[in-house]
Amino acid sequence: MTLQAFLTLAAALFAVGLYGALSQQSIVMLMMGLELMINAVLVAGAAFWFYLAPASADGQVLVLVAVTVMALEMAMGFAVVTALMRARDVDVTDDAGDLKG
Amino acid sequence: MLPWSIGVVWFNAMEVVAWVSVWMVGWGTNSAFPLVGGYRFLAQGLAYELPHMFALITVALGAESLDFGEIARAQDGLWFVVWMPVAFLVYLLSVLAMAFWGPFGHPVGHDLAGGAVLELAGPDRLVFEAGRYALLVVASAAAVPLFLGGGAGPLLPGWAWALVKTYLVLALLVWVRHRLPVIRMDRFMTAAWVVLIPATLVQMLVVGIVVLG
Amino acid sequence: MRTVVFWVLALAAVGFGVAVFRVDSMARATFALLASFLCVGGTMVLLDLHYLGVLVVLMMIMEMMVMAVFMIMYMMNPAGLMPMSMLHNRRGALIISGAVLVALVAGVWTVDWPERAGRPPGDPTRALGEAVMGAQMPVMIVVGVAILATMVSAVVLATDRGRYDGGDR
Repeated sequence: MTLQAFLTLAAALFAVGLYGALSQQSIVMLMMGLELMINAVLVAGAAFWFYLAPASADGQVLVLVAVTVMALEMAMGFAVVTALMRARDVDVTDDAGDLKG
Repeated sequence: MLPWSIGVVWFNAMEVVAWVSVWMVGWGTNSAFPLVGGYRFLAQGLAYELPHMFALITVALGAESLDFGEIARAQDGLWFVVWMPVAFLVYLLSVLAMAFWGPFGHPVGHDLAGGAVLELAGPDRLVFEAGRYALLVVASAAAVPLFLGGGAGPLLPGWAWALVKTYLVLALLVWVRHRLPVIRMDRFMTAAWVVLIPATLVQMLVVGIVVLG
Repeated sequence: MRTVVFWVLALAAVGFGVAVFRVDSMARATFALLASFLCVGGTMVLLDLHYLGVLVVLMMIMEMMVMAVFMIMYMMNPAGLMPMSMLHNRRGALIISGAVLVALVAGVWTVDWPERAGRPPGDPTRALGEAVMGAQMPVMIVVGVAILATMVSAVVLATDRGRYDGGDR
């Protein structure tokens, strides 16, 4: 177990999540991609805390904030999907491109 | 590998697995009524889990520890049930709800012909029911170090008192089973969020002031 | 021993992460994501972050069960009985995420990371609690306000009835 190993795991999770977020049409699947990317942040934060600065608790606080962000992201995402579904019966990103410039 | 110092968090994490198991049973049997039962249990979980967590946090705050042993030792003079009655009641309610027992049996209700367990028979049903009873027993046993002073008591040794108290809590829960009507989940949701959460928050505030003071 | 456990958990985490976008059934996708999170919680326990690891396990089980409900509610093909493609720009996504992966991994293995500063405290959980109730208090205050704002706005967005319409339907 080294810092590099943990960060490689984080990079792999991030890349998989990014692929999902970019390639999925369904908004809920897109959010699963985002969750995987935040998952990578959790790993990286924990590894940075343990291997670089274990004396202060800043890394742990970062992980805590990332977990919270994940929950908030999901709550807002589902609220938006619900509103979108109610208003327009839409559940894929391609049909919700109103703001495309 | 995990230290005892996070016991309460671990307990909480493992009891939430019941959500997964009941929903998976409902979904996996590929039948309509069990699926409805599984969804009902998720709604029930959303209703009971927050007051339940606040009750656990209140206890941890009172004992200034997440370790079951430390919590039991912190009740040396005064049991937590005496000065945290709201948290204790909420805990008992949520034990009933997490084992979908008695008044919280909506997920396996008769109106669904058995709900989540409708399709289960033979060994499957045995495993499921055994897990449900085990959940009830474990949660009753956890109430002893959390609220009832652990093994404290006259004459008998500690382990015997812990057993006796567990049996008393369990007997109370089992006695309740058919004596209260089943409550519909949306109604319990309203009650949980409008009454139980504020009540547990006030309880936590009182405990916090006592601990600081 | 820890190294072996770590690599098993790491491979499982990435494997389940890939499975999220490979399986047809939404229930399976959700539980694959949950398994990936559980593996990550396990790796955090390996780093002596017992509290945070168990917290991740606790939160993710609850979160993924809620997720399962929404996934099945909003997908055209929730149980995967009718194989269909729900992808767009697959090639572009693969190229971009592959490039990001290569860049990140190259960075990870070439950067000269600083020396470890200090030792882990005896009880990381206590250190975390003292940090969020002490020096990092503003962070937690902001997080608290953000949670409140999210609760209010999510309910406003998602509800279809007014304040006085029912509640007991």
